[in-house]
Amino acid sequence: MLKQIEGSRAMAEAIALCRPEVICAYPITPQTHIVEGVGELVKDGQLTNCEYINVESEFAALSVAIGASAAGARAYTATSSQGLLYMAEAVYNASGLGLPIVMTLGNRAIGAPINIWNDHSDAMSMRDSGWLQLFAETNQEAVDLHIQAFRLAEELSMPVMVCVDGFILTHAVERIDIPDQADVDAYLPPYDPVQVLDPADPISLGAMVGPEAFTEVRFLAHYKQTTALRLIPKLSGEFRSRFGRDSGGLIRTYRTQDAEIIVIAMGSVCGTIKDTIDEMREEGFAIGLVTIVSYRPFPSAALRNALAGAKDIIVLEKSIAVGMGGPLATDVDEALRNLPHAPHLHSAVAGLGGRPILKASLHRLFRQAIVQPWEGTHFLDLNEKIVGREIHRTGKRRRAGPTAENILRQLAADAQGAEGGR
Amino acid sequence: MTDKTIATLAPDQAVQRLRYYQKGTFTVGNRLVEGEARAVQASIDRSNALTCGHRACQGCGEALGARYALDTAMRATNGQLIAVNATGCLEVFTTPYPETSWQLPWMHSLFGNAAAVATGVAAAMRVKGRRDVRVIAQGGDGGTTDIGFQCLSGMFERNDDVLYICYDNEGYMNTGVQRSSATPPAARTATTPAVGEEPGNVFGTGKSVPRIAVAHRIPYVATATVADLHDLEAKVMKAMSIRGARYLQIDVPCPLGWGTASHETIRLARLAVETGFYPIFEAENGKVTAVRKIRKPLPVTAYLRMQKRFAHLFKGPGEDPRVARLQAMCDANIEEYGLLAGNES
Repeated sequence: MLKQIEGSRAMAEAIALCRPEVICAYPITPQTHIVEGVGELVKDGQLTNCEYINVESEFAALSVAIGASAAGARAYTATSSQGLLYMAEAVYNASGLGLPIVMTLGNRAIGAPINIWNDHSDAMSMRDSGWLQLFAETNQEAVDLHIQAFRLAEELSMPVMVCVDGFILTHAVERIDIPDQADVDAYLPPYDPVQVLDPADPISLGAMVGPEAFTEVRFLAHYKQTTALRLIPKLSGEFRSRFGRDSGGLIRTYRTQDAEIIVIAMGSVCGTIKDTIDEMREEGFAIGLVTIVSYRPFPSAALRNALAGAKDIIVLEKSIAVGMGGPLATDVDEALRNLPHAPHLHSAVAGLGGRPILKASLHRLFRQAIVQPWEGTHFLDLNEKIVGREIHRTGKRRRAGPTAENILRQLAADAQGAEGGR
Repeated sequence: MTDKTIATLAPDQAVQRLRYYQKGTFTVGNRLVEGEARAVQASIDRSNALTCGHRACQGCGEALGARYALDTAMRATNGQLIAVNATGCLEVFTTPYPETSWQLPWMHSLFGNAAAVATGVAAAMRVKGRRDVRVIAQGGDGGTTDIGFQCLSGMFERNDDVLYICYDNEGYMNTGVQRSSATPPAARTATTPAVGEEPGNVFGTGKSVPRIAVAHRIPYVATATVADLHDLEAKVMKAMSIRGARYLQIDVPCPLGWGTASHETIRLARLAVETGFYPIFEAENGKVTAVRKIRKPLPVTAYLRMQKRFAHLFKGPGEDPRVARLQAMCDANIEEYGLLAGNES
């Protein structure tokens, strides 16, 4: 059914359609509207046979989900940013135990400095945790990915994180097609656990494993994720035949057929990138886009195929591995390793802490990659004047004070100066 | 002959049959109590939830406490029980992969989340209409009073249908005897060494989680001891007869961490009670309803002198003034809970 609806509300309705049995809720911006939404659906009786638990922290939220999942219930929770870090120990535990929990991550920056706006630092912090990570480009895809995520998680018996850009998607009101219950029921069978705490058949779960078997356990976790590289396209295909639209999959390509320049990105920024590409195509640039939907498992083979003909790759990502560069660029680099005639890779970091990624900036960036390629990581729209002044200031004296606060002061002073000069 | 000896260690044969006897003042043998109140461990029908073969130290109070508590809970629930375990000694010594001593569905997740995981299990049982299946969370004092405290308090305040059992051996024994917030003052641990101006754990620190649990006004809170297994069993039975959040803290001496002889575990646990060091009480809905009386309080030195963790108190020429402070602590417990027998109003 088509609805004009907030992204978070749409996701809440989609999650309810998946008939979760235990939902753990703890507020954190920008994810909060989702758990509020499902909470309302439980409380007013639209979602039945579901325990909605208001917990005291994100660590507890995922821990309750762990217990519920191990006891055979379909479990769901959602978080963002600091919340994901706070539950980090349980994040690894859930995947280590092979529990098919689905969690929405309303992508948000990580502090300090505290920042509630969107980037992908939070998802990147858990990229090695053993969870599958799917990135939604639109709110429609966010809805669809949740339905696929439960199926995927339960077929693999591994947890899945659906990553949704905070505010840009979670708070955007737009037209979204909410699937019918009957279709979701047909697509997503009831949860049939591979392991369950049951007094009729007692098992011990979570035993200590020493050097004699730990490598094998880890290998099998890695192996399981690689099998998802086949399962994800299959489930996406089944989704298409039942619901009539393309959602999910490993990667998506846009105008890459004859492209010499290919941009790689994840999440909602792909919309702006497509518009930019359309405009550059009109100007004669052979440019296209590869959207990564499945970040974990990382679709190396699919990427290699999609990128084979390109001369230049621009990886545009909303995250920074401090001291190293762009983590997504590193992964793409790995996928291209040993490829004959590997394209030239350009790494750009953009949109940190919610900074808008503007078409004009993308035009400049994509052109620069061709005519004046940079070394290392490029920070899109970096205020070099402020950065330069701060480096100079902190170099001058020991008790230089906090950087974040000083930069804000500088920006305010600059703004005032500009106003005074007018 | 050797083979035969091993064969007799099969669980149903390993039971000590009715060899309880009356000793001291409050230890009542099985023969002398009503059938209903008799110790589960004396029955060959006991569930043996924590079976033989685990790696606990000789004289481990925790293994003893856990076995009695879980066997009783198994009896109370007719075997419809799931246990969630915090990281710690109990978890490590019972499940050296691929072996396990647990004969009930058992799960270990993390150090600090046992209460929350148990909440999740209870929620799953509720949603699946399995009201008959009950949930126990268990951990040591570190996993309960320190790192697991937030999850525990959350489980309490939501009144989730979980019995949380804390096996209190007053320190992080699994990691090599470090101080926890349940470590008593003056006790030597690896992180409160018996050196400097104030050797051992400092006075004026620590917390009493039973008191904090009572302050949550949950349906049932109790302390117990491995020195009185009838009482422990009765408390588990009572806890399992109640729905909602329940807390049971059992004093479980640790020969390794306390520096005591393996065969003194029960005696130590009894002395902890008889000196007022470890008050044994029950509380319901925020009010203390029963206490374990002491007929004739023993001096705290009787308890302290048996333990190497307090040995530094008795090394000097005169009496260490901190002994008096520990005695005052015991006296305050006796006063607060009205532990003296004959003081009934």
